Amino acid sequence: MTALEPAPSSTAPSAPPSNASIRRTQRAGRVMAFVVALVVTLFFAFPLYWMVITALKGDAEVFQSPPTFVPHPAVWSNFLTSLSQIPFWSYVRNSLLYAILSAIGAALSASIVAYGFSKVKWPGREAVFFLVLITMLLPYQVTMIPTYLIFRSIGWTGTLLPLIVPAFLGNAYFIFLMRQFIRTLPDELADAARIDGCTEFRVFWTIIVPLIKPALAVVFLNQFLNAWKDFLGPLLYLNDPSQYTLSLGLQQFQSANGQEWALLMACATVFTVPLFVLFFFTQRYFVEGVTFTGLKG
Amino acid sequence: MSLLTPGSSVPTLRVRRRRKFWNNLGLGLLFIAPWLIGFLMLTAYPFFSSLYFSFTRYNILSAPQWVGLQNYQNLVHDPKFLKSIGNTFYYTVIAVPLGVVLAIALALIYNQKMPGRPIFRTLMYVPLIVPPVATALLWQWIFNPQVGLLNAVLGFFGIQGPTWLGDPGWSKIALIIMAQWGVGGSVLLLLAALQDVPRQLYEAAEIDGASLWQKFWNVTLPMISPVVFFISITGIISAFQVFTEAFIVSGGEGGPVNSTLFYSLYLFQQAFRFFNMGYASAMAWLLFIAVLIVTLIVFRSSAKVVFYDRS
Repeated sequence: MTALEPAPSSTAPSAPPSNASIRRTQRAGRVMAFVVALVVTLFFAFPLYWMVITALKGDAEVFQSPPTFVPHPAVWSNFLTSLSQIPFWSYVRNSLLYAILSAIGAALSASIVAYGFSKVKWPGREAVFFLVLITMLLPYQVTMIPTYLIFRSIGWTGTLLPLIVPAFLGNAYFIFLMRQFIRTLPDELADAARIDGCTEFRVFWTIIVPLIKPALAVVFLNQFLNAWKDFLGPLLYLNDPSQYTLSLGLQQFQSANGQEWALLMACATVFTVPLFVLFFFTQRYFVEGVTFTGLKG
Repeated sequence: MSLLTPGSSVPTLRVRRRRKFWNNLGLGLLFIAPWLIGFLMLTAYPFFSSLYFSFTRYNILSAPQWVGLQNYQNLVHDPKFLKSIGNTFYYTVIAVPLGVVLAIALALIYNQKMPGRPIFRTLMYVPLIVPPVATALLWQWIFNPQVGLLNAVLGFFGIQGPTWLGDPGWSKIALIIMAQWGVGGSVLLLLAALQDVPRQLYEAAEIDGASLWQKFWNVTLPMISPVVFFISITGIISAFQVFTEAFIVSGGEGGPVNSTLFYSLYLFQQAFRFFNMGYASAMAWLLFIAVLIVTLIVFRSSAKVVFYDRS
């Protein structure tokens, strides 16, 4: 049984060839691991299946006990009904504005700042970078109230600005991630361009930016996701239904229609689907983003 | 460079480098300017002003009024505050260790060579893609006492399930279960760490006749301990700040009977429902101190158990 080892390559001659019984236990172990993995995976995936099929059930079937696992008949109109009960497209527009603009801001600011922390040598750089890392420890609750008051005093509450603008000012986590990436690029590249008389900003823009596209994608996608999922930000700053993002709109819809499970699940499904589409097309960037962060390099 | 011995080019170059280094200060600051502005305006200034607010009575409408330590004194006698600490502690102490053990177990399983492994891993990560609002709505439905999925499954085994989110004795457990659905991120990190464990170590252990458990305890766990440490500490810090799910399943109330009134939720209520900005700021600072202390303790104690490869 090899349950605790990294998967051995099938050709590895690690076991003594004559020992057939060891082989057999190993195979039994592997089959067991497969079965366990299958069961566990089903456990993880099932709630999502449950969300989608509830969205397709009729009123009677939703409350049927024991529950049914295939909706019969599938009520596709639930989706249209749920979308017509909330200003869905307005929520989508606001969510998209927030997600896309803040993601652009995050990618831009993280790359510029990270360049300043990796390829430009200046006194105090490491100390300041340490400060960047320290800010990651600060619970958001500490800065939440004064930040709210700042945006309130300049009249930005009730708009998407307090959600979008801070993204352009850099996020410690993204700066860190981007710096780790830029550091892997050889210094000679920038030096060669500098000798040719490039300004530092041109070096950054024409030499470095094209090389860090994967990291830019990681930051962009992660911030897009963060913004699309964000609940507290919209809850703090948005007060008119016409400004609501999907997160806030859906929560408000739920407080008003707590028992309409089919409609709620239809909304939740529509809310989640765009992220799935994005995830399945860009998976490798997410995985990179997770494994990249601080644990290597 | 004129101050140095003419002819010796090496120190001249060094001086030129040094001067360049100092001249670069402006350039460096220019590149990090976005962060610097953000740091000063959205981190440093709020940091100190929330400390100041914590010593004031401040309801937004009139100017903050200095009250010294009164907010902190009132907190000690506030039963809801004490309840929110108890709830948060309960949640952290169960959810975090459970999550770490679960993540290690899952990572070991998913690390096996088996057909469909990439699909398994992806599906395990997928719950992290679901927005917290949707997650909370979905699990609220699963936890529904009469017609929810969970109690239907329990009923199949002849178990009468509790009312979960409706029962103060079970509501935190329900949120802990809900949190385990998102364990896939930790699993992914641990899988990456498992890939880096040198195969020779297992071979050496096998030659010494180590059992499966001994191999795990003496080889695998020490080698992945930095990641275990990382997910533990980030898990503790985020458990201290759990908010969105509790807000949604309790309609922002922290019910039933304050059983899901977590620290952050109570802080939010004080700040943005009752507009006790000073009181809430005092809570924020106590949270900050708690996070600092826990981080220090975990770091200190980790020196003994975390194995860092220095090669």
